[in-house]
Amino acid sequence: MSAASVTAAGAGAPIIMDGRRGPLGRLSDLFWRNPRLLLFLMLTPPMLWLGIVYVGSLFALLLQSFFSIDEFSGLIRYEFTLKTYGELFQPANLDVIVRTVTMAVAVTLSSAVIAFPIAYYAARYAQGKWKALFYLGVMLPLWSSYLVKVYAWKLILAKEGILNWLFAKLHLTWLLDAWLSLPIVGGNSLSFSYTGTFIVFVYVWMPFMILPLQAALERVPATLIEASNDLGAPPGQTFRRVIFPLALPGLIAGSIFTFSLTLGDYIIPQIIGTSRLFIGQAVYAHQGTAGNIPLAAAFTVVPVVVMGFYLWMAKRMGAFNAL
Amino acid sequence: MRFDRHYSGPFGLKLAAACGLLFLHLPILLIFVYAFTTEEKSYQWPPPGFTINWLMVTWNRPDVWQALGLSVRVAAISTVIALMLGTLCAAAVSRSRFFGREAISLLVILPIALPGIITGISLRSAFSIAEIPFSTWTIVLGHATFCVVIVYNNAVARFRRTSGSLIEASMDLGADGFQTFRYVILPNISTALLAGGMLAFALSFDEVIVTTFTAGQQQTLPIWMLEELVRPRQRPVTNVVAMVVVIVTFLPILAAFYLTRDGDQIAGAGK
Repeated sequence: MSAASVTAAGAGAPIIMDGRRGPLGRLSDLFWRNPRLLLFLMLTPPMLWLGIVYVGSLFALLLQSFFSIDEFSGLIRYEFTLKTYGELFQPANLDVIVRTVTMAVAVTLSSAVIAFPIAYYAARYAQGKWKALFYLGVMLPLWSSYLVKVYAWKLILAKEGILNWLFAKLHLTWLLDAWLSLPIVGGNSLSFSYTGTFIVFVYVWMPFMILPLQAALERVPATLIEASNDLGAPPGQTFRRVIFPLALPGLIAGSIFTFSLTLGDYIIPQIIGTSRLFIGQAVYAHQGTAGNIPLAAAFTVVPVVVMGFYLWMAKRMGAFNAL
Repeated sequence: MRFDRHYSGPFGLKLAAACGLLFLHLPILLIFVYAFTTEEKSYQWPPPGFTINWLMVTWNRPDVWQALGLSVRVAAISTVIALMLGTLCAAAVSRSRFFGREAISLLVILPIALPGIITGISLRSAFSIAEIPFSTWTIVLGHATFCVVIVYNNAVARFRRTSGSLIEASMDLGADGFQTFRYVILPNISTALLAGGMLAFALSFDEVIVTTFTAGQQQTLPIWMLEELVRPRQRPVTNVVAMVVVIVTFLPILAAFYLTRDGDQIAGAGK
């Protein structure tokens, strides 16, 4: 790279400088002349890592789902078959899938209902110091330890815990008992019922709904809402016809998190809930004690397919364009 | 409202927002109360009495220290790896447009977009196929993979705000690429990297879903807590550990918030 100095006529200063000296300088020049090389070198380490460690293992998993387990020996047979996927449609396994998806839908809807007022208030009314406080108020629970949050609910929902104490103090124990004696949502106690599982799921994943929703609401121009009011729409109508449609992309973005996280979780239903399995628990059980890795792998494909379908729907509804 | 800066919103909305925030915070506060209860056998409320005795008991527990040590080691190594890989990736993606750029951002985000159990079980099956024995490094492999995206998000947001003309000016003034990186780019992105690193540390320190698949017999602090949740041995010690974990994760989050709050994208908006 020892380009000769070209000197402008009549002036002493070189227009094109000499190449840099030293190995580092030459390397720097090389990168400047070949930006593609620098790009390639920059991308190689992260792509190697993600490609080998992550995508490689994902493929290893996918591959295993096409194997099957020999019923007699309990060993994995390494030949291509769709038999394992067929097993997913057995009533017991189908039950697990339906239960998990239903729970994910319920959790997503309730999260949206609880998150909306917080996001709306933070986006439209909170200002200055209050805005920062709201932001931290959502961020801290979002980032605080997942297990600690689950543990806190174990304390709350325990028979001798604060919630039962509260119901007793308010003389409402009969109400709780009536709820627990209901068929599906009930159970022996709150920490051994779908109600308990549901509450903890909503608590743990709801913060993921607030921030995208708030971002979407902040982009709704206040003038639109004023215009709607001026044209005589009562608040309810303004909400239905103006605010809600404009906030929908944020709502869908948030629901992707709550839905996906509920689909894949296996710790919450294990600690607070009934003995009936969710997808995550089924995966865990099949790969662990049962040693049926093909079925576990096939089970993990279910959330991926459901999420793929969900994202496709979200895209069709324009959630990504508006974000 | 535009026309009335002091109108603080309808009462119903305020009430609903306040209740929502209380719902988010009261359970965590409860952890702090339980850490000082004298009750040993159950989760009795209200606590019969308060003591700081359990802080000392926890302090003298070697298994807690071991788990904490492993967690800190794993989080530190994963953070360093994620900082390097995430910054490289962010720099490449934000500097130039090239074929496959979208695919690369998708690939980086995928480890946290897909449920953690998928990452966990795929890593585990890959380890068993490649016959890699479980060690600190198998945990790090998993953690660094999903920590990259945290650093990446923070760095990309900052690179977007950093003007390219600064880099050109530095080069015009005769600095080579490495000097430009050292004296121009690095100071510009340093707070974003620090924030990203802290968040990555907090994420790794707290991770349990992927870790159960990649740890084998080793115990990180979250795995220790999970054990205690499934088969409680000494509840007061668990209470104290839970409180410590809350404090340890809050500090980096607060620091990351203050480091990036003036920017267009505040750190931690996505986990």
